[in-house]
Amino acid sequence: MRADQTDKTFVLKGIGVSPGVAIGRVYRFDPLDSKIAFYKLKDDSLIPKEVLRFKKALTESEQQLLEIQKNLKKAKVTEPLYVIDVHILILKDKIFTNRTIKYIRRLGINAEWALRMTLDHYKQIFEGVEDAYISSRVSDVQYVVQRVLRNLSGEKQENVWETGQDGVIIVSHDLSPADTAQMKLDKILGFATDSGGRTSHTAIVARSMELPAVVGLDNITRSVRTGDEIIVDGTSGLVVINPYPDMLKRYEEKKRHYDAARDEYLKYAKLPAMTLDNYHVQIGCNIEFIEEIPSAIVHGAENIGLYRTEFLYIYRDELPTEEDHFNNYRQVVTEKNLSWSTIRTFDLGGDKFPNYQKQSKELNPQMGLRAIRFCLKEVEIFKTQLRAIWRASAFGKTKILFPMISSVDEIREAKKLLEETRQELLSRGVKIASEMEIGAMIEVPAAVIIADKLAQEVDFFSIGTNDLIQYSLAIDRANERLTYLYEPLHPAVLRLIKRVVDMAHEAKIRTAMCGEMAGDPLCALILLGMELDELSMNHLAIPRIKKIIRESTIKESKILLEKALSFNTASEVRAYVVDYMMGRFPDEFQNEED
Amino acid sequence: MTETRTLKLKNKLGMHARSAAAFVKVALQFKAKIYIERNGQTVNGDSILDILTLGCPYGGLLTIKAEGVDASMAIKELEKLIENKFGED
Repeated sequence: MRADQTDKTFVLKGIGVSPGVAIGRVYRFDPLDSKIAFYKLKDDSLIPKEVLRFKKALTESEQQLLEIQKNLKKAKVTEPLYVIDVHILILKDKIFTNRTIKYIRRLGINAEWALRMTLDHYKQIFEGVEDAYISSRVSDVQYVVQRVLRNLSGEKQENVWETGQDGVIIVSHDLSPADTAQMKLDKILGFATDSGGRTSHTAIVARSMELPAVVGLDNITRSVRTGDEIIVDGTSGLVVINPYPDMLKRYEEKKRHYDAARDEYLKYAKLPAMTLDNYHVQIGCNIEFIEEIPSAIVHGAENIGLYRTEFLYIYRDELPTEEDHFNNYRQVVTEKNLSWSTIRTFDLGGDKFPNYQKQSKELNPQMGLRAIRFCLKEVEIFKTQLRAIWRASAFGKTKILFPMISSVDEIREAKKLLEETRQELLSRGVKIASEMEIGAMIEVPAAVIIADKLAQEVDFFSIGTNDLIQYSLAIDRANERLTYLYEPLHPAVLRLIKRVVDMAHEAKIRTAMCGEMAGDPLCALILLGMELDELSMNHLAIPRIKKIIRESTIKESKILLEKALSFNTASEVRAYVVDYMMGRFPDEFQNEED
Repeated sequence: MTETRTLKLKNKLGMHARSAAAFVKVALQFKAKIYIERNGQTVNGDSILDILTLGCPYGGLLTIKAEGVDASMAIKELEKLIENKFGED
């Protein structure tokens, strides 16, 4: 059946999580299930040998895990190392190993088969556990079993990277930190996986290495074999297997274009975003993971304008400790090439917290108990994060940003808690910065309307356009039938933003923007015309935005803005701005239709 | 020598992966056999999978039993671990 497919071209659609085009040969990572042989031992005299073979695989597995753990510690990886501890303890779990040995002895089967039966046994048991977090731990048992099976097969994954197999594209069900830790990343061109999303480990690694990646392909592992020719288009989320010659040519062309464009823009990365008439805009980068900092700097970030901290909570079964927070924050703020780092306190609702008493499900979580509202209710969880931010502030310039502020009360309450943690740390003799700038996210329309009042309470604003647009235009961003209404250039949105900047400047405080709009080249001059002090965006957007700003003037931007604000409808604004930008920067906006 | 002690789990997350790993690591340091009992079910204190599948939430009561020469030492250390919330929170 497989043989007929060998040369057939087919395309799979997933989620592009790291842009660019990679063309190469498939390497199927962990091709386990297809290869295991299950058999009965020929006679009982072989049993002791089989048990020994199993025990040897256990020891090998343990040694590999210890080695991985050692390397991860050395690399100061922030992924929770205890996960590897758990895996080692499963290997050492007598009940687990004795059960497998018992199967070998009683049934006279090979170790692989016995191990599979043990896994099935645990699957059943874990399924019966009520606590969803515990029942999902069966994935740890699965992981350990896979590793032991790999060792039983005598296959050394590591060797693949030594055999001169240059330029492979990893195809796998999913990748864990332990998997990528043992890969020679310089031999890898891209990734394609069955599962995962924008924040899965594969996505993070790919982005930090700037390798194209597509995840969420459902069952690509079943459709390809090692050695198949494959194209990964991380920009469009497409994967092509066995491309026919013309298609391959087209993608080679696309890859050249992409690489050339990137090189071209990178020339602008290190230059300041200064207009021809000397108006300077600070350019920041939005990040979620420490691993993203190097590419932020390469692409020209001058600061971290938004460090999202939600992942600290989402990636684990347990609440992060103050140390977990601190270790991450310290690494961000100590980066020498950045002027400062803005750490945003977590924007999550109770549903993301393990063991948080499940309230009745919120009908409208976007407007629910989340972000600052949740923090002010769960003060202890909040204070753990605040203490860690203070401690990090001793190591480099740190700003703190509170999300989803909708009233003066909220910002005062948050400041009060921040002050309490400061006193607490000082009384314990902990080193912290003598002061820290405090900012409010402006993303709720109410905050825009009382911006003059809020400006009295904080040192800076940061406009979160994604939510601000969603709330002010009353469109659910997740509802695909409403996408056509989501319009950053809506006259209402422009007026809201302008009001925020004006109120801030009147109160002599700075305004940043950290929503997607900040990195949209089409909006660059409009935002410039508003005199935003800082634009913070995805690292890939930085060089292009800098290039546009450097080739324009604040004078023309103000005229463009004034004109844009004079229109009655969003479509008129858009038509005018598109026309202006295309005429003004023909090279920049031609590629849009590609 | 046998020692038993009934304790309440005070760490917010109960007996989860990290805390179970910490427990087993301590239990493995002693010669004594360690058992955990909860709701009439008894499991081995050196088996991380048994402990996990026992499912002990925050505030749950556990009875720890140690049998062997260093039983009282073992109980003392395990009690300390639980009282210190496994170093969490």
